[in-house]
Amino acid sequence: MVRANWSIFEEDYWAIHSILTELLKNSNAQTVLLIDRTGQLISSLGTPPEFDVTSFASLCAADFEANTQLARLIGERDFSTLYHQGTDESMYLSRIDGRTILAVLFNRHTTLGLVRLRVKRANDQLAAIMARLFEKVEYQHEEFTTPVDQEFTVRAETEIDKLFRD
Amino acid sequence: MPKRKSTNSFAIDAVSLINYSTREINCKLVYYGPGLGGKTTNVQYVYNRVSPETKGRLVSLATEMDRTLFFDFLPLDLGAIKGFRTRFHLYTVPGQVYYDASRRLILRGVDGIVFVADSLISRFEANVESLYNLHENLAEHDLKLENLPFILQYNKRDLRDVIPVADLQDELNPQGYPAFEAIATQGVGVFDTLKCVSKLILRKLS
Repeated sequence: MVRANWSIFEEDYWAIHSILTELLKNSNAQTVLLIDRTGQLISSLGTPPEFDVTSFASLCAADFEANTQLARLIGERDFSTLYHQGTDESMYLSRIDGRTILAVLFNRHTTLGLVRLRVKRANDQLAAIMARLFEKVEYQHEEFTTPVDQEFTVRAETEIDKLFRD
Repeated sequence: MPKRKSTNSFAIDAVSLINYSTREINCKLVYYGPGLGGKTTNVQYVYNRVSPETKGRLVSLATEMDRTLFFDFLPLDLGAIKGFRTRFHLYTVPGQVYYDASRRLILRGVDGIVFVADSLISRFEANVESLYNLHENLAEHDLKLENLPFILQYNKRDLRDVIPVADLQDELNPQGYPAFEAIATQGVGVFDTLKCVSKLILRKLS
């Protein structure tokens, strides 16, 4: 059964925005991305990356999931953070809660230590917001409306017939 | 290319993700089935045939022998519908038995499934095992096949020594889910399959 959507209301959105903005500023990172653990991009802030962010989000989620399995093999519940070091660009991934990942892209203008420190603080703040959001969903999800109504479905099906053909 | 957004809300469905801040709807579609059954071939055919503006980058995490190691990933963009940019994210799972952990992970957040069955007589058992494995792995995510948009594709219908479709239906599809015959290497049935499951997903969302 598909459950109704849940929304982040204005106060929550700006709270998240504010945390990500502060993280960007205080860590000297280039870009921060909020990613659903199913591999879908939720939000990004900072310098727009020049790569395909859709693929990036998908691979980040896969990366995290694969490492969770590795963690379990060695007796850990999961790895809460992952770090990938490149020659010029590096990335730091952090689990916010069961559903979301924070990805931070940074270069030589900052250090891993600083990024890690700032992410830790942002993570705690974001986790609190997410927990509050899911609590709202539990009580209110039936009140939300989806944009996917009958008109949407008809138009989407027309596009599907037009685009998915030999 | 991501842009800074100033809109004020987003939403995550229990399965699909509806992002109100970027006004996007993303649906996750997984091709499942036994190894060498044609899952990757399906996605590659779609990639080669759809227009450049519809498709994103095809990501394949494969071995040097072109066997899927983790997954293939292809985003497809339907464009803006009622103001919402609507995308389907196509994933394949690795079919080989020992990549079960990877299959389980890819099913996370799935919105619809295509089971690509191998019609060869010699692969009959592999189909049955893979379908059983699908049920098991969905259960790990507290999902049931009967609650998801699900269709079957009987692939490799051009080969000799194939199982009659009626027998495949009896064994793999007694519930009567939609099923298509296909020759994925030639594109036969590939878009019919994709269209059918895409529409089922959207109807489920509405």
